[in-house]
Amino acid sequence: MSTLRFMADNFDEVMFLSWEHIWIVGVALLIATPIGVILGIVITKHEQLASRVLNGANILMTIPSIALFGLMLPVLAIVNMGLGKVPAVIALILYSQLPIIRNTYTAIKNVPPSLVDAARGMGMDTWRRLRELEIPLATPVIIAGLRTAAVMNIGIAAIATYIGAGGLGVYIQQGIARVYPEMILSGAILVSLLAIIVDGGMAMLERLATPEGIKVQRKLSR
Amino acid sequence: MIKLLIKLYRVILAVVILAAGVVAERTGLIKLLSDPYEYPVIMELFIQHLYIVAVSMAFATFIGVTAGIVLTRKRLRRYAGICMYVIGLGQTIPSLAVLALAMSFLGIGTKPAIFALTIYSILPIARNTLAGITAVPPELVDAGRGMGMPPLRILMEVEIPNAMTVILTGFRVALIINIGTAALAYVIGAGGLGDLIFTGISLMQTDKLLVGAIPVTLLALFADFLSELMGLVLVSKGLRLSD
Repeated sequence: MSTLRFMADNFDEVMFLSWEHIWIVGVALLIATPIGVILGIVITKHEQLASRVLNGANILMTIPSIALFGLMLPVLAIVNMGLGKVPAVIALILYSQLPIIRNTYTAIKNVPPSLVDAARGMGMDTWRRLRELEIPLATPVIIAGLRTAAVMNIGIAAIATYIGAGGLGVYIQQGIARVYPEMILSGAILVSLLAIIVDGGMAMLERLATPEGIKVQRKLSR
Repeated sequence: MIKLLIKLYRVILAVVILAAGVVAERTGLIKLLSDPYEYPVIMELFIQHLYIVAVSMAFATFIGVTAGIVLTRKRLRRYAGICMYVIGLGQTIPSLAVLALAMSFLGIGTKPAIFALTIYSILPIARNTLAGITAVPPELVDAGRGMGMPPLRILMEVEIPNAMTVILTGFRVALIINIGTAALAYVIGAGGLGDLIFTGISLMQTDKLLVGAIPVTLLALFADFLSELMGLVLVSKGLRLSD
């Protein structure tokens, strides 16, 4: 109850920090999506690169977030950007790569070969095949990858408050430092809520992006 | 073109390793590591980190696998879908929030950290155990039953070996998340390598920061490798051949 009162009393600050949090995650996703999707498409055309790129992204994902912030800090400190929003956004972009690349790659690989053959038979070149067949069919899976990345990024952005990026993690950090349970709870609850809402929203988007034809096919196969 | 890219990749890898060496020297990392007074402190924090990870993973593996098995038994199977949903929801909660919540209820120290890490690591393990056992082909279970196996033997000799790859993936994810989150556990007073990282960040002492961040990274990469090795030992030969 007192947590709710805390949130109500500091409503403006809550809104500001939430906005900051969403901003960091949003910018990172906006930059990461084109990079990841393009890389994912490129490696479907060049198999030799596929395992390397996926392994590289996998290694990036394995690095613990706070350690990655730590490792980037001395490097970015050279251009005077070791702390703040820039390293946070860079870290989030790096972490988003694996889910986006992997989902793009598997989705395009899983387009039924009969469809690709049909498109080829209709005289489509690689580019048109990609634009009219492979990407539309792969979109729901790519959005599923974005969904994983977004939820993960919301959690990591909370940690980024320790390198001065702001966001809702501030409440958790300050709350722990001041031993102020209401503050910790409102931080934790708001971050979790944000993650759950984004997860739900992206799930809906995933359903919207599924082409009508596939939906019908799925219903029939059931 | 592609061959060129692959060659470029090797060159970049070499440059990165060299640059890492230069950074290590420049930031005083090597000097710090060769300091006889600092070394025991770093080792102690490292062992503390390993201890937190090992204890919480041991609990989480036991509870997670048990929960996964119990939920796939015939009587409880219809609740499996709901449980998957709840676990999925639980996984969206950020790790820092879980630690902070554990602290606000249990106070500071190693025990709340181990508790939070255990809870957080149970989720992927239970989820994958559940998914793995559900995905075992029903004809295999039927064959086991036809051979007169009691339920326990079906579980031990048919279901678990077939689900092992998926369970191990869950274990791997949990272990890697656990190592990263254990570094955060410093903020609720559990020590570990996070101590060096956070101190390094707040004091802008790059050497201290790297002494914490590099071992945590290597630990996570090693854990990834270790889980792959475990796959070679634990997954039966026949199943590996079919891949």
